[in-house]
Amino acid sequence: MRISNCESRNSQSAIRNPQFVMVPLSWYLGLSALLFTIGAVGVFIKRNAITIFLCIELMLNAVNLTFVSLSGFFGDVGGQLFVFIVMTVAAAEAAVGLAIIISIFRNRESLNVDEVDTLKL
Amino acid sequence: MTPEKVEKALFIIFAVIAIASALNILLQRSPIYSALSLIGTLLSLSALYLTVRAQFIAAIQIVVYAGAIMVLFLFVIMLLNVPKDQPQIEKQKGLRYLAIPFAGALIAETFYVLRLVPARALPVVAPAMADQAVGTTWSIGVGLFTSYLLPFEVTSVLILMAVVGAMVLARREGD
Repeated sequence: MRISNCESRNSQSAIRNPQFVMVPLSWYLGLSALLFTIGAVGVFIKRNAITIFLCIELMLNAVNLTFVSLSGFFGDVGGQLFVFIVMTVAAAEAAVGLAIIISIFRNRESLNVDEVDTLKL
Repeated sequence: MTPEKVEKALFIIFAVIAIASALNILLQRSPIYSALSLIGTLLSLSALYLTVRAQFIAAIQIVVYAGAIMVLFLFVIMLLNVPKDQPQIEKQKGLRYLAIPFAGALIAETFYVLRLVPARALPVVAPAMADQAVGTTWSIGVGLFTSYLLPFEVTSVLILMAVVGAMVLARREGD
């Protein structure tokens, strides 16, 4: 109901004011797809645990961009609230992940993920 | 210049900065430069949030992400005195040639979905309603404390667990 209301309002305003058709939604989603792919490639090619962590943060941010742009274009605040919660989860993840990295470094004197393979079959 | 051209120019400028610093994360061997490049990506994403009228998220992106979370990362990198990324040890050389088609497939999949994206315009807000538009602190606050109250409370429990977990994990043995 809410979405369909916004939709009719959007299309009307777009017809009345053609100059308000600014950057297309697909540009934002394409940028987000590129950033996500770069992050995914980084997780696979990097050996340093902290750099892998940074690439995971990059992937989270790519998804946040999708949420924010869809929320802006559809006029629904839900996506932005979700981004707020994703940021909180990212902060929690960074705190726990960095604590794990510190304890790995303390035990092994290295952050190379190839050397931390106790769980490997 | 028309407003449309200005918005498109802004989008392209910040998108190029975001992609360039994201690639720089992969190219740098030292993690501290990777972290600084990620801050560049975060800042340009924050500018892009402003172009879709998400003011509150843009501010939070700078304060919480580029500020608090990345400072935590830099603090740990400097604390540990992390060595530079080692040159890659090749174990299975064949896999390298398999990796390029897989990365191409991932990009192709994500762009394939864009076929279905409708051409849309950003909703235009009347000046009288500007305080209550989507993206302002007002709308985020109302949403957070009414229909999204349960996720908000669950997140606070998660943060508490993360704080306790981080202290337990980073503690020295025998303390």
